[in-house]
This record gives sequence, structure tokens and C-alpha cells, in this order.
Amino acid sequence: MSQDNILKVENLVMHFGGIKALNDVTFDIKRGSVSALIGPNGAGKTTVFNCLTGFYKATGGSILLDAGGKQTSVVKVLGEKFKGSDFTSPASFFERVKYKMFGGSHLVNRAGLARTFQNIRLFKEMSVVENLLVAQHMRVNRGMMSGILNTKAFQKSEEEALQRAFYWLEVVHLTEFANRLAGELSYGQQRRLEIARAMCTNPEIVCLDEPAAGLNPSETEALASMIRVLRDEHNTTVLLIEHDMGMVMNISDYIVVLDHGEVIAKGGPDDIKSNPKVIAAYLGAEEGEEVTL
Amino acid sequence: MDIVLQQLVNGLTLGSVYGLIAIGYTMVYGIIGMINFAHGDVYMVSSYLTAIAIALLTFFGMESFPIIIFGTLIFTIVVTGAYGWVIERVAYRPLRNSSRLSVLISAIGMSLILQNYVQISQGARQQGVPTLLTGAIRFDVGDGFVQITYMKLFILFAAFLGMGVLTYIIQKTKLGRMCRATQQDRKMASILGINTDRIISSVFVIGAAMAALAGVLITLDYGAFDFYVGFIIGIKAFTAAVLGGIGSLPGAMLGGVILGLSEALFAGLISSDYKDVFSFSLLVIILIFRPSGLLGKPEVEKV
Repeated sequence: MSQDNILKVENLVMHFGGIKALNDVTFDIKRGSVSALIGPNGAGKTTVFNCLTGFYKATGGSILLDAGGKQTSVVKVLGEKFKGSDFTSPASFFERVKYKMFGGSHLVNRAGLARTFQNIRLFKEMSVVENLLVAQHMRVNRGMMSGILNTKAFQKSEEEALQRAFYWLEVVHLTEFANRLAGELSYGQQRRLEIARAMCTNPEIVCLDEPAAGLNPSETEALASMIRVLRDEHNTTVLLIEHDMGMVMNISDYIVVLDHGEVIAKGGPDDIKSNPKVIAAYLGAEEGEEVTL
Repeated sequence: MDIVLQQLVNGLTLGSVYGLIAIGYTMVYGIIGMINFAHGDVYMVSSYLTAIAIALLTFFGMESFPIIIFGTLIFTIVVTGAYGWVIERVAYRPLRNSSRLSVLISAIGMSLILQNYVQISQGARQQGVPTLLTGAIRFDVGDGFVQITYMKLFILFAAFLGMGVLTYIIQKTKLGRMCRATQQDRKMASILGINTDRIISSVFVIGAAMAALAGVLITLDYGAFDFYVGFIIGIKAFTAAVLGGIGSLPGAMLGGVILGLSEALFAGLISSDYKDVFSFSLLVIILIFRPSGLLGKPEVEKV
């Protein structure tokens, strides 16, 4: 795996019973890029995201995440089934047992991948700033006792966490709502808060699931510039699912098109725009017919 | 008049202890949506541990009350907490992704295992601990008097201190924040990097520790206990949790105090034979008017 790919998905297969949601999906994401995953409804985009973030355990294939200076296999940390080779090599056997006992989707986030959801999943009964604090718990490196005793070190780390939370609130323009309950915010504000929360886990790659859904044109514009800020100022790779083609073509460097659980095209925005397969998938047009996106 | 005041004091102490145990039910329900029927038996185990701790401490020649009480509290809370952790690890975690019903049956099984294990290892006879703290304060009220034993004062103080510390942990510390996040959306919490299995374990440990605090206090006050003592007090505490709104921490405390007060007042003023009937009728009446309990939030289907 070359150094400039942060994420390498190979032959990813996901079955739900007899339904093949994903069939042999393969793509790479370049470090520091803004990439988009597009496709018609039901193409399997969100399923790809769910596999990436450990929400689902993929049926087959591999997902390699190269972040934080080490490579993480997302499928492995969720606790795979034993393989024949494990019984001849103690090292791989113990690794498998370790992930079976202590593995889980929290390790994917700790490896440097964060995500947001299509249907917003904030902690609605916590305040806005608490939503951001809870995402930083890996950095707030203080135990329960120091919290009860309210030690100096605890106060300091809480202070830093608060500052970081307010920094992100400023980026997403929510500073004045810091102490409101997250559930009271408007739809667009909740979407922005979710992105801020994902960024508070300090990820190297952030996956945004339809960030522009339900936003008006000016909000979409603001979102696009925010995504550029994430990439340019925070060196975060962004992978997004989006239906707003104007925005996708505008901000992404690289596009992967899915249809019926298979990758039908990948490349830069211009290639995708003129790709007949993509046009056919979107509009159901006959190949060769003149249609432009 | 003096009886009413006396029963108010008794009810408040009893209720605060119900509240402590109810916390274990309500937190576990809040975080994984199951009723931990073994919780009453965790309380029972802590009664035996109290006796063991007192016996050990006096054996090593420690006689003064503060040393005994703190030694007993620390020993019992730590060991009972370990019980809570093991129970979750052995009986509930393997069933994490199965139906709610199988976890419930596993909990009932765990309750039976604990009862029988204690019965076999400690004997079926009633056991006792010596009275450690004697003396009382008396107030003259009208013709009669109200008597508050020092032990009851200690119970009140310790129970409310325990609740206060717990509320602080849940509201202010990092662990509490992670608990609340896990409670609201377990899968999302894990996507944010929270090890939810560990949070669930710590909730069980916290619940068991609160039950242990209650166990020490009640055992020192009543003096006698047997292997079956966890059943009725477990049911009462569960009632308190439902009364206050299961899943809500202040609800459990409030429910405990209300249940204790109403039970004591009914016993003192009307009939002590029917006090359990009264407290369960109270539950029925409150649930008719507020199906989700006093402080509970109505269940909203998740979309």
C-alpha cells in the first residue's frame, strides 16, 4: 500500500441474508483529498460507510486504514472468525483472540476515522458543548478518581477540552448555542454540530454521510467551504456521500460511483460527468444517448 | 403527632436505602434496557460481606467505630463491585446481541445461583452482626417523643452522600459523560471511540457499589440477615425505580424516598401488616396516571 493512500478498500462484500448489498467494491482514497461516493438510491453507499466505520462487520474483503502512523485492518479489529492458519501461528492466534475479546467499533475511531450520519445521531439530551466534550474523551486522559477529587491535572485537561470544543463551535458557527440542548437546535445546526463532533475525535479521515441533505443553497455553499477548511487547515481527508451533484462536482478531487453494490466508475469530476455508464445509472438512459449531468 | 414524626424519620432512612438500591436497577435499565433481577441478590451478598469484614477487622483487633465502619465500607464496596463486574461479564455480555428475553432469563438464573451459592457456602440459618453504634437523640413532642438513633442518622448521611457523589460523577466527570452518551445511543458512542463494553461494565460496578453501601447500612442497622433477604428488598427497590421512572437517576432516588415514606407512614398510622400492599397499590396508581413514572420520559420510538 503506497503511502499517499489513507484508505484502501479491496473486494469488499457485504451480504444481508440473501441480499448482496455490496459486491466486490474496490477503491482507494488519497491522503488529503476530498472524495465523494455517489450513486442512485439503494446503490450501497451508506453500507460502504457502515463497513468502513465498523458499524457493520463486512462479509468479506479488506479495509485498510493507514492513519496515525500505523495500518489498521477494520475487518480485523471487529473480531474475525478463526482461520486455519491461526492454529499454526501463535502470534496471529493471540491477536485474533485479543480482538475477539476487546475489539469493537470504538477501535476504528481510535485509529483515526470519524463519521457523521445521514439521519442525525447527536446525543440530544446533552448540551451542545457536552456533545463535543464526549467525543474528546480519548484526549481527556484522566480517570474517575481525579474527576471526583478535581485535581489540577484534571482541571487543566478539562480546560483544554473545552477550548478545543469552543474552537470547533466557532468553525461551525454555533458558539452562541453552546449551552443549549443539542436536540433543540435546528436541522442545519444539528448537521454542523455533528461534523464538529466528528472532528473533535481528531480523525485523519472523516466520512460525511449526505452532509448537505435538507440544507438550502446558501447553507450548502457554507458547508462546501467548511469542507475545504477541514482539508486545507486540518489536513483531514474527507470522504462524502452526497446527492447534490453541483456540490460534489464543485469540491471533490475524486469520485467513486456505485450502482447495485458495484463500482461502475471512478475518477476525477470531469471523467465522471462524461462517463456513459454513470449517466445510464442515474437517468436510465440507453448507452450512446446524449445526456449531460 | 409523635408517631407521624417518628415514622417520617424511619421512612426517610428506609427510603434513602431503597433509593441506593434502585440506582442499580435504573442505571442498568438505562444503559442496556434490561432488568437486572440479580441486583437484589448482589445486595444480599454485600450483607454477608459486611459480616465478614466486621469479623476480620475485630479479629485483627480494631475496635473503634470509625475504623470498623470505613474498613467495612471499603471492603464491601470493592468486593461487591467485583461481583457486579463478574456477573455482567459472565451472564449478560455473551447475550448482548440476543433478544431482551434471554438476558432476562439469564438474570433470573444469576439470582438463583447467587442465592444458592450463599446458602451452601454460608449456611441457611439467619446470621447477625453486633450493634456497633448505640445511643439516640430524643425530642419531646407533645405527650410522646421522637427518637432518632445515631445509626439512623449515619444511614441518612451516608446514603445521601453516596447519591451526591454518584450524581456528581454522572453529571461532571468524563466517565459520567461517556455513560450518558452510551445510554442515549450506544452504537454512536462506539463510533466516537468510546469502549461501550467497558462503560457497561462500569455501570454494573457502580450499581453493585451502591447496593453494597445500602447493604452495609441496613445490615448494621437491622443486625440480622439470611440468604433470602435480597428478594423482597430487591422487589421494593425495583418498585422504587419504576415509581420514579426507570432509567432516570434522580427518579430512582425520589422513588425510593417516596416509597419508604409512604410505607412507614402507612405502617405507623394504619396497619403494618398491609404496608407492602399499600406500597404496591401506590405503584399501580402512579403508573395509571403517569405510565413512565414520576420523572421518566415517555418512550419514543427510535427512528
